[in-house]
Amino acid sequence: MTTMVPSPASASRAGDAHPLVSVEQLVVEYVTPARTVRAVDGVSLTVGRGEIVGLAGESGCGKSTLANAVMQVLHAPAKLAGGRVVFDGEDMVGKSTEELRKFRWRNVSMVFQSAMNALNPVMRVGEQFVDMMHAHERISKRHALARAGDLLELVGIDRGRLRSYPHQLSGGMRQRVIIAMALALEPELVIMDEPTTALDVVVQREILQQVRDLQAELGFAVLFITHDLSLLLELAHRVAIMYAGEIVESAPAAELNRQPRHPYTAGLIESFPPLRGPLERLSGIGGAPPDLSAPPSGCRFHPRCPHCRPEDAVLYRRQTTERPILREISPSHQVACHLVEGAA
Amino acid sequence: MPKRASVLEVRGLSKRFAAGGAIRRSRVHAVEDVSFTLEPGRITALAGESGSGKSTVARLLVRLYEPTSGSVVFDGRDIARERRRRAILAYRSQVQMIFQDPFGSLNPVKTIRHHIERPLRIHKLAHGDQVEARVLELLERVGLVPPEQIADKYPHEVSGGQRQRVAIARALAVEPSVVIADEPISMLDVSIRIGILNLMRDLKEQQGLSFLYVTHDLASARYVADDLLVMYAGHIVEQGPVDQVLTEPLHPYTELLLASVPDAHAAERERIEIHRGGQTAAVDPKPGCRFSDRCPIAIDVCRSVTPPLVTARPGHAARCHVTAPSSELREERDVQPVR
Repeated sequence: MTTMVPSPASASRAGDAHPLVSVEQLVVEYVTPARTVRAVDGVSLTVGRGEIVGLAGESGCGKSTLANAVMQVLHAPAKLAGGRVVFDGEDMVGKSTEELRKFRWRNVSMVFQSAMNALNPVMRVGEQFVDMMHAHERISKRHALARAGDLLELVGIDRGRLRSYPHQLSGGMRQRVIIAMALALEPELVIMDEPTTALDVVVQREILQQVRDLQAELGFAVLFITHDLSLLLELAHRVAIMYAGEIVESAPAAELNRQPRHPYTAGLIESFPPLRGPLERLSGIGGAPPDLSAPPSGCRFHPRCPHCRPEDAVLYRRQTTERPILREISPSHQVACHLVEGAA
Repeated sequence: MPKRASVLEVRGLSKRFAAGGAIRRSRVHAVEDVSFTLEPGRITALAGESGSGKSTVARLLVRLYEPTSGSVVFDGRDIARERRRRAILAYRSQVQMIFQDPFGSLNPVKTIRHHIERPLRIHKLAHGDQVEARVLELLERVGLVPPEQIADKYPHEVSGGQRQRVAIARALAVEPSVVIADEPISMLDVSIRIGILNLMRDLKEQQGLSFLYVTHDLASARYVADDLLVMYAGHIVEQGPVDQVLTEPLHPYTELLLASVPDAHAAERERIEIHRGGQTAAVDPKPGCRFSDRCPIAIDVCRSVTPPLVTARPGHAARCHVTAPSSELREERDVQPVR
């Protein structure tokens, strides 16, 4: 089921000849004796240099699993069951542990949702920076601390905080410390998995502004993962929507907001009531996201899709039996939906 | 003349917690001098960030905490100080609570039927065959159809949104007039949140229920509520009709919150200046406005005098010396203008 089309339509449009990261037909399974759950099922996605790509979806849609696969930090029972992760032209799948260790942090770093709890509670912040830098390069403690101080200032924290223990910092500050660490080795890609979800909205705004400033200044690429589509539509250059292990739509943020083509995307946008302007009764999306150990046949969204009705027998059969393929409807916009295919 | 002016009235409610050890003791003024009224057929949103005291207010209203001072008046009685079991039981059947985590609030080894039946039996609201009919009716009313099938399921067999609907059906079983909903959608999947908000709106319109909707999400407050209370560090800093508060906020904190919310519908977003202050403005507070060290428009008096809640526009009040000055302060300023 996963080897549908050899070269998917979602190949890079991000800019130059080969994108920074290219995920191709990726399949990740969680294998337990009782059952196998395919959390990521044939996903292709690219991130260009200096591009902010947003990945949105509901809990359990596979977005975090995809992030872990890109970072090559999948742990049992998750395992890569197919596809490639190409970084700067090099396939990362099958690399040795040592090669991967170098690849992480230096090329790609990651900020998790609960990252603020990833700091060691009994070590001063500064020492944790030094530790991390020592693991990757030969650098004197003095130089490492100086650089750590610069990094803290970069994310708006006083360098005196290097002497603080994590519990002396607020949640937002700890999250910014983690972001500073993620930037320490000047990676080309920073993966942020719900980095602000546990934070208050004002702190979130502050961190988002900082991420955007730093990104513009340092030029790294960002893969930003969240369930909060309104945040992504504001922050990202391009947004991919994930549903039940698949990417169902991908487009520039503004275009996606103005003209969502997949009914799921439209429903998701509709699920965020506006803060300003006219207010109508919204309907959200009926039903609930499916269990991935037994995903629905055909289009995985069909049981919840408002456009899937038995009255239209021909279309209904396709929707319920045939899996839609992610197709280009314009050079920058891809959709996996039978309705859109029908119109083309 | 309205037949019943108000359902639940909160007057000058305060709650302090002791924190720290024996040597460095401090008092957290989690809720201070909070007053509002919940009226029938209206949804009041109580918005604020974590630690603002909004959940403490919710817990005070359902008697999970005892207030340090102030009162919660229901049907002419101060329920916060009520000791008689009967009166408490009567109050509990009138004021129900829905919690954030719909899984944690349901017993995993009992069917959904059991959860709805229990309050009916405890409050002796149905007997014999009536019980089953009432269970099915309640499930249907919260959109759990077909109710016969849902009733036999266990909490883990239904989705998060459905579990929250079960919690709502259970709350409705005792025919309350007020429902306190503490972040009822924040743990649910994005696509099913609207469904729960719509259910609240429908219950309000069809049954004249009154809701206190506790949330950190201003957009959902706007969608579902009639009135909005904004809390900061234990104080209500602004209150009024939701649309008015959100379009013409008086308090600088409300403005900061509004500017911070991600909004895809907003055109080019301007950078906002964020002042950081002590994050624990509610711990051993000094006199003065608790927002003053983060406030872009603070004047001298803000650091010495706690601003009262002043009604600056009809039905719209704020605790701010600058945007909603009290009459004394206004007079004073006319004589001696502050820079």
